[in-house]
Amino acid sequence: MTQPLTYRGTPHKPNTPTLNMQGVCLTYVDSSSRLTETAVNVLDNITFRAEPGEQIAIIGPNGAGKSTLLKVAAGLIKPNSGSVKMFGYTPDSHICIAYVPQRSEIDWQFPVTVADVVLMGRTKQIGLFKRPSKRDREIVQKSLERVHMAHLAHKQIGELSGGQQQRVFIARALALETNLLLMDEPLAGLDIPSQEGTLDILDSLRPDGVTVLLATHDLGVAAERFDRVMLLNKQVMAFGPPASVLTAANLTAAYGGYMPANKNGIAPKIVIH
Amino acid sequence: MDWLLEPLQFSFITRALYASIMVGILCPILGTYVILRGMAFFGDALSHTILPGVVIAFLLDWPLAVGALIVGVLTALGIGFLTEKSDLKEDTAIGIIFVGMFALGIALLSGSGNYTIDLAHFLFGNLLGVSTTDLWVILGLGTAVLFTIYLFYKEFLLISFDPILAATLRIPASFFRYLLLVLIAITIVTSLQVVGITLALAMFITPAATASLLTNRLPPMMAIAAGIGAFSGLSGLYISFYMNIASGAAIVLVATALFIVAFIFAPGRGRLWQFI
Repeated sequence: MTQPLTYRGTPHKPNTPTLNMQGVCLTYVDSSSRLTETAVNVLDNITFRAEPGEQIAIIGPNGAGKSTLLKVAAGLIKPNSGSVKMFGYTPDSHICIAYVPQRSEIDWQFPVTVADVVLMGRTKQIGLFKRPSKRDREIVQKSLERVHMAHLAHKQIGELSGGQQQRVFIARALALETNLLLMDEPLAGLDIPSQEGTLDILDSLRPDGVTVLLATHDLGVAAERFDRVMLLNKQVMAFGPPASVLTAANLTAAYGGYMPANKNGIAPKIVIH
Repeated sequence: MDWLLEPLQFSFITRALYASIMVGILCPILGTYVILRGMAFFGDALSHTILPGVVIAFLLDWPLAVGALIVGVLTALGIGFLTEKSDLKEDTAIGIIFVGMFALGIALLSGSGNYTIDLAHFLFGNLLGVSTTDLWVILGLGTAVLFTIYLFYKEFLLISFDPILAATLRIPASFFRYLLLVLIAITIVTSLQVVGITLALAMFITPAATASLLTNRLPPMMAIAAGIGAFSGLSGLYISFYMNIASGAAIVLVATALFIVAFIFAPGRGRLWQFI
């Protein structure tokens, strides 16, 4: 990390997309065998734009690069080539990106309360050497109210249900004043009412101009609840309104003949043109 | 009450008491980070790698803490560097440095002629030999460590709970990780004289683990761990005095007994509670 400790974030160029990827390629060298080194393509020539307030579902088979794409968008991984711009600047200088990791990446036994987790989102605004101000606490409270979690503020995070835990992370994104919310499989393992609850809260963020990129395996949810869908398998196989992306031809191409059913075993609604 | 006051007429016991209480407070507070971050093996290794530093300081007639401090900090940074820059897994890197340094310490010590007596001091502590200077060193280092923890509380919490958020907030996570390693190294140095190299880990892990059974927030966890550590130090010393057993071992055994009690009786989470 080379940024000075007093760094306060990058301005946003007006009238620029939240996220603009042009020809992003990411390869890693597989040296698991000492004899041969093979360059493996993880992301291949990814080009797309996400506008303020837009909600995009990223679908694709396992190993398609969904998580990696989110990490590139967050500025956590630098692509080998191509450009990533957030509001006109590289994402690794922005502090308004909220990345919600997969559930398995969080230690749910960690001794922190719901309010503690949301307050972590304010770390940069609070500043080094400083304690949270009254205003920071108010923002935490308001963020929790917006996701209907204020009454559980003092619960340890492990005591919550999966759906409630997702809402805590959305509240944390609100607390850090996010413009780009990146969620990796947030709906996995949730029951239908919890999924709906999470998606309803995401809908309520539209007036704030928060752009949402959400990786999911659930084609039905992608079709019904998102403005646009990206079908990813290392490259962008299709990108656009759900009806034009979720065609049998596109899905067969991306999933290689295997058509995923959603978690109820029901084949997703697919509009065939 | 006489039995409480009687040992205190010896000034070396009063000094031992101050030392064990200070270390009993300091180690468990750092220990909460050690157990939450799964660094128990790192802590154990670090306490052993300090041996050559102690021996070199001993041979050069320096204060032992100085030698331990230099080697401890260098090892903490070395382990961090090796894991970050090589293909080795962290526990492998730690394992290599740990035994290599410990062997170096034993080699230096055996060459110096005072092998058995002094090694025992390093391994098991020399609580009754604490000098006034040692007390000031423990107080100074301890205050510095606790003040640093206070200053960067939210950053240490963040890098421990969610390193990805730390990265997207562009917090220099590596810097804080190295700083935490250095703080742990400094704290181990203070605990050496009280419980010795082999038992140092117990002062980090056991009180913090006990506290984790009793609360689910970090600040009370640190407070309870410090309380348990201080009580273990105090009562361990009395047990050592009256039962004539090694003081470091007595302190660690009290802490272990408290853990077992909490493990069985902790409200909501203890075995007994789950049985009911």
